[in-house]
Amino acid sequence: MSKPSQKFEGDPTTTGHSWDGIEEFNNPLPRWWVWVFYLTIIWGIGYTIAYPAWPGITGASTGLLGWSSRALVDEELQEAEAANAAINERLASVELTAIAGDPELNTYATQAGAAVFRTWCTQCHGSGAAGVQASGYPNLLDDDWLWGGDIENIHYTISHGIRNEDDDDARYSEMPAFGEILEEEEITQVANFVMTLSGETPADAAAVEPGAIVYEDNCAACHGDAGEGDVFQGAPNLADAIWLYGGDYDTLVETVTYSRYGVMPPWTPRLSEAQIRAVAIYVHGLGGGQ
Amino acid sequence: MAMLDKHKILETNATLLLVFSFLVVSIGGIVQLVPLFYLENTIEEVEGMRPYTPLELAGREVYLREGCYVCHSQMIRPMRDEVERYGHYSLAAESKWDHPFQWGSKRTGPDLARVGGRYSDDWHVQHFRNPQSVVPESVMPKYSYLERTLIDGRYIGDLMSTMAIVGVPYTEDMIANAQTDFLNQANPDSDFDGLLERYGEDSVNVRNFDTAPGVSEADALIAYMQMLGTLVDFSTFTPDASR
Repeated sequence: MSKPSQKFEGDPTTTGHSWDGIEEFNNPLPRWWVWVFYLTIIWGIGYTIAYPAWPGITGASTGLLGWSSRALVDEELQEAEAANAAINERLASVELTAIAGDPELNTYATQAGAAVFRTWCTQCHGSGAAGVQASGYPNLLDDDWLWGGDIENIHYTISHGIRNEDDDDARYSEMPAFGEILEEEEITQVANFVMTLSGETPADAAAVEPGAIVYEDNCAACHGDAGEGDVFQGAPNLADAIWLYGGDYDTLVETVTYSRYGVMPPWTPRLSEAQIRAVAIYVHGLGGGQ
Repeated sequence: MAMLDKHKILETNATLLLVFSFLVVSIGGIVQLVPLFYLENTIEEVEGMRPYTPLELAGREVYLREGCYVCHSQMIRPMRDEVERYGHYSLAAESKWDHPFQWGSKRTGPDLARVGGRYSDDWHVQHFRNPQSVVPESVMPKYSYLERTLIDGRYIGDLMSTMAIVGVPYTEDMIANAQTDFLNQANPDSDFDGLLERYGEDSVNVRNFDTAPGVSEADALIAYMQMLGTLVDFSTFTPDASR
């Protein structure tokens, strides 16, 4: 190491390091930079005092500010709940049919219901509530309702579900699997007849007439003489153009032969009464509510 | 400052520099990591945790093999929006027997930490077969081959022994009955009392998950899906707020 030196006038001095005759200038750091650097060190120490950081023997320091991510989220959840507590209580206590006539309540319920729907209902009924025919998840946008489309019926269906084992009050009905009751020929006949109920062209026109007799003997009790269905026992309307699983010949034969057993869970164990009412209002308002 | 002037000794001696660098890095590492092993407030005891059943463990292997973690996390952060959508925030103890854990950091799909019991088995079968048929906007690939691939759990006991080495509390009884338990969980007509006794009556689902005969990879994966996040009962357990 040689002594720091100044080669030319006006140049900074060198550091004194010399490797094979190559030396380096000792340019001082800008003062503002040096001070910011010292400040960050002080800030860093202060930060570890204000927030949880230093490990001890039995626990870490909790910090002067007492910050905790868990406490924070609890607080936020409680704040949100408190902010909506009054309107939620009103929503849960008024007559179901009166909600639509109260603009403030109706707006709130529709918005809150949309959030509940997106979290809990879209998986089956679709994000646009159009259902999934291939799986028999009903479309909630149309005006065809299996179990009734007024607000009270929608509320009941959401609360207790359909054909589940978790709620004793769940809506229940079961179509027999006619593959065990009727002959194969009779099933094809009745499928052809059912196609004519909604104005479809039957796959085999000759089978329609005998199919009508099979229908009257086996199906009319629930689905009605003209296929109008019965919402009191969840028997679908067969005379309209809306099909839960599909109205083509093959699907109809499958449905009659093996029957269907669509299940919906009850929501009372997971959602609050206000949430159930909100989502009922939302679904009712989608277009098909009666 | 005579001490500080001696840095030339280190800077001109490569081996010495290496040794001292290693020392400095070790001190930093020890200070950061070691307290986590003994501090009480980093180790939370919760009730209800149990190791995966053989079938669930096999399902987890399918989950790893298919790279599900690339798009799905299993870690609900303590934030209001996540708690309201997915459920109670995840606890460290809930993944203490996961090797490796599946927290993830990428959510192309939703978080799965509490997906258990949220959908029906039928929904899962349909969704694995063709995700777009139930969620039209989904970009998830189809996994219909899972239900066509039958597995017999021949090696699941070996995997459990390996897990036991790294600290998962599988007992000898569990490992000895691994294959029987594996087959019985997907067969409600079997004698599955032993399975319930070993792993817990309330937390084990015994069903034919994909409704098809035989145990398929879909059975295993759905068994795994349906138990995720269901072990800790948050109606009776309130986590300490200060952690």
